[in-house]
Amino acid sequence: MTGAAEMALQPRRFANCVVLSPGGRVDHQNAEGLRAALAPHLAHCATGRDAVVLDCAQLEYISSAGLRILMLAAKQVKTQGGKMTVAAMQPVVAEIFEISRFNLVFQTHDTVRQALASLSPEALAAFGS
Amino acid sequence: MRVVFWGTRGSIPVALSAEEVSYKIRTALLAARGWMLDDDEKIRAFVESHLPFAVGQSYGGDTSCVQVDCGGPEYMVCDLGTGLRNFGTEVIARHGPRVANTFHVLLSHPHWDHIMGLPFFTPAYIPGNRIIVHGCHADIEQALRTQNAAPHFPVDFSQLRASFEFDRLEPDRPVEIAGCRVTPKKQLHSGDSYGYRIERGGKTVVYSTDSEHRMDDPAEVEEIVAFFRAADLVIFDAMYSLAESVSVKEDWGHSSNVVAVELSQMAGARHLCLFHHEPAYDDALIASVLAETVRLEKITRGERPLRISAAYDGLVIEV
Repeated sequence: MTGAAEMALQPRRFANCVVLSPGGRVDHQNAEGLRAALAPHLAHCATGRDAVVLDCAQLEYISSAGLRILMLAAKQVKTQGGKMTVAAMQPVVAEIFEISRFNLVFQTHDTVRQALASLSPEALAAFGS
Repeated sequence: MRVVFWGTRGSIPVALSAEEVSYKIRTALLAARGWMLDDDEKIRAFVESHLPFAVGQSYGGDTSCVQVDCGGPEYMVCDLGTGLRNFGTEVIARHGPRVANTFHVLLSHPHWDHIMGLPFFTPAYIPGNRIIVHGCHADIEQALRTQNAAPHFPVDFSQLRASFEFDRLEPDRPVEIAGCRVTPKKQLHSGDSYGYRIERGGKTVVYSTDSEHRMDDPAEVEEIVAFFRAADLVIFDAMYSLAESVSVKEDWGHSSNVVAVELSQMAGARHLCLFHHEPAYDDALIASVLAETVRLEKITRGERPLRISAAYDGLVIEV
């Protein structure tokens, strides 16, 4: 492991949902930074607490190392009874999700709005206001 | 160098079922409607040019055994899986049973799918043949002796008439074997496995099977990239999907097509051959994984393209 810089996720809150926006390229050099940035948000992603949406609109590429971090996140959230979805993937990232079978791990949505709608009416209302 | 794949399946040998053969024939006959296929030459051309590989042919089901022909008089094979049986048959057919040969074996590890071909390797029963098993594990000779003994097999190892030698290699230390420079590399697998970088005349083949790559330590990634660096051919364990390999099959000691492409691209390799196919996969699924891997390479390509193949029993790659 290396001490990769924590990735900026630009968290936005809509009612009981937090939208996180990783950007650029995530690979084995900076995946640890993604893990560190996700950690505090995942801690609150549990039954009756926050849900998390990964807004991938600015994510250009994600390698196996980055996907492994997402798998660990999915496992943690499942254990805690929380919900986490993925939205707005660019075509390349969407293909990587399919080829790696991560489309079977996460519910994916075309837009953040659709992702929020699937999680919480309150979050959808907050997003639209 | 010339690489011949005698066995390409992971974990356990498999065979086509009656229903799978029937499906291939029905699909082929449907595809042949309207064609004038009235002699063997036309039928062969149709099968090879117009049918998908997964319909007209098959990836096969023998376990790991890959011959690396370096051009010299001595043979070299990576692993002793069930593909070894057909390799032995071919050697006997070429030379006849009375010509003595030397066989160098580069053993990745002694798990059963990588050694179970030896009891059925006809040259092992012929006096004058010399079999030198190279590997980094301390217990290779014991593993082979145990396999060729009651109650596992009726012919005891002591009754094999070829001479056997066991050459303990050290990881990362190159040695000359059959005119090639061979460098073993320790890999992540239960009980350890070893990949082999085989170099001769400016050409490089890397045999890297039964290896899990977590890709979570940049230093470890760089080590593997250096091992694959500028290889003309990388033979890579791509048994599972990435999602499987980092979840339900984590620590099972195998890797994925996604990691195969990443490491090969980082290393600047020319040709990636997906290997050690999941035994539960049928031909159509392996073909689908190949198509997806080709697509992944295309959408993630850097400065130079990486050729992608899926190994099948009988595949020959000239390097």
